[in-house]
Amino acid sequence: MLSLTIKEVSLALREGRISPTELCRKCLNLYILDYIPPFNATVVQKLLDQGAVLIGKTNMDEFAMGSGSTDGAFGPVRNPWSYAAPYREQKGVEPQSDWVISGGSSGGSAVAVASLTSYLALGSDTGGSTRNPGSLCGVVALKPTYGLLSRHGLIPLVNSMDVPGIMTRSVNDAAVVLGVLQGLDVKDSTTIPAPPSFTELPEDFDVRNICVGIPKEYHAPGLSDETVAQWSRVADMFERAGARVEQVSLPHTQHSIVCYHVLCCAEVASNMARFDGLEYGHRSEVDSSTEAMYASTRHEGFNDVVRGRILSGNYFLLKQNYEHYFLKAQRVRRLITDDFRRVFRSGVDVLLTPATLTDATCYSDFTQEDNRTRSTQEDVFTQPVNMAGLPAVSVPTSLSRRGLPIGLQLIGPALQDNKLLSVARWIEQRVGFPSISDFGESSEPTKREQTSAV
Amino acid sequence: MLVFCRAVVRSCRGVTLDNIRPFHLFNDGYSVTSFHRRKLQSHITCNVCVTRLFSSQPHNPKVPKVATWEPVQDDQLPQPAKIPADLVDKLERLALVDFRTKQGLACLEKAIRFADQLHVVDTSGVEPMDSVLEDRVLYLRNDTAKEGDCAEELLRLSKQTIEEYFVAPPGNIPLPKREDRTALLKHSEF
Repeated sequence: MLSLTIKEVSLALREGRISPTELCRKCLNLYILDYIPPFNATVVQKLLDQGAVLIGKTNMDEFAMGSGSTDGAFGPVRNPWSYAAPYREQKGVEPQSDWVISGGSSGGSAVAVASLTSYLALGSDTGGSTRNPGSLCGVVALKPTYGLLSRHGLIPLVNSMDVPGIMTRSVNDAAVVLGVLQGLDVKDSTTIPAPPSFTELPEDFDVRNICVGIPKEYHAPGLSDETVAQWSRVADMFERAGARVEQVSLPHTQHSIVCYHVLCCAEVASNMARFDGLEYGHRSEVDSSTEAMYASTRHEGFNDVVRGRILSGNYFLLKQNYEHYFLKAQRVRRLITDDFRRVFRSGVDVLLTPATLTDATCYSDFTQEDNRTRSTQEDVFTQPVNMAGLPAVSVPTSLSRRGLPIGLQLIGPALQDNKLLSVARWIEQRVGFPSISDFGESSEPTKREQTSAV
Repeated sequence: MLVFCRAVVRSCRGVTLDNIRPFHLFNDGYSVTSFHRRKLQSHITCNVCVTRLFSSQPHNPKVPKVATWEPVQDDQLPQPAKIPADLVDKLERLALVDFRTKQGLACLEKAIRFADQLHVVDTSGVEPMDSVLEDRVLYLRNDTAKEGDCAEELLRLSKQTIEEYFVAPPGNIPLPKREDRTALLKHSEF
């Protein structure tokens, strides 16, 4: 795929000259990782059954651990808006060295959609890994209710929070894809029956019947004034249109990121135990003993970030720490879920919050801090939703002063994904977010296709 | 269609016109409900997007203007945990990953210190939550084999197999001591 254009690959797939599995093999053989899955994930299979054309696999943070897509085995992911005119034409910006990150961990997927390479991309969302890059790359990123989409085939990070994420350029597209993918799967016992879905989102949704909540704890330290201005702008839009807008409180928000950090590390430590090199994947040459082989395989196969989380997780799960950290975090998780439940029960239909602290950061600045610190900073608005298993969508609203996208997040009660998307569509119709194709010369898209999609 | 109108000039108070190339009709600083977005010709060099923020718009009072978090003081937290070398060793054996550099250890200590913030939350009387689906009965299928017979395909994924077996190095041998482990990892490819 690296020596062919996207058009050539997709034509080859359509004409049956290559199958998706063979395509994977062609990509992966260039690197050390040589696991070719013997089955398709349920969500992928459902798309293929509908006639979707798989055009590639995208880059991401290793094992979905990160919030910038900078720690992948194949290098960092570049935000295509770094190359569009609004960013490029600022004084003193050198696009080759001042490019900005795409967000993570599903950065490559967001970039594939944002750069017009693909109609749809799937990501994974455990703590905001779909909504974060979606917001920074200016695409619609949906995290459905936990249990609505099957996780069969999704490499688990945190079983109780993972959800496959959907990224598209418009809210309507996301709704179409959700309709295709949702539903019970016998291969995943944590799936729940899908509520009846609309065939189409309403064209003129009447917001006079809805109540929008603004949780005051979502103004976290570090939130940029531009994002606050967008938050205020959209709140105004709702009020002008006749919706009820209320400030609400989710008192445990501040502690949510800490809780997420503990639960994530603990579940990761457990889930990563399957990678021992014996049945599949990379295997080290060391064979003095099983333990030695496992240890060196895992040393070779995991980067620092992954190893760090596994070690932290194991620390929290030690007998002396189990009650103190892990169970405590589970209790805080219940408090956070109850916060949301209480707010939705009081008559609020959707919550409007920022999705990220700022617009996309320069890669050179982002890498000044380690992965864990960045994750705790960037995931503040997105991970409480995963802890409570609620649906959320990030919608791009405008470009910032630097010419980079800013997005806002809408959170809804469980299983009300379609209503959430209707409200998101209402916002999308009114904010006037530009398409990346409005900027730059016609030769730009070809270059973007080949550099941003892996 | 390029449109300069009074409404735009009025709402651009904080921003110079040099930076603005608006091409939509604005109504009180926001775009109208239905608009037609035309593909720009390359002669229109746009160094700013149409939906540029107008910082002179009044702030909605329902949206908090300043951060509302209360910083957690150090004295509210328990004593910072010291990780003795033995504990690192134990963790490495349990996890079967190594993290031998000073930077790695510092990272672990920071992670633990961060997690200590959990203790300022009062959770008395609260039950731990395992899953958000705890109030549902989940579907379980019958225990009948519907698919299988894929041993060959699965064995193909492994690096070392003999007939129908995955081959593992000898077990029941404890991991070498810390000093010897470094030598072991040095020989690995990374």
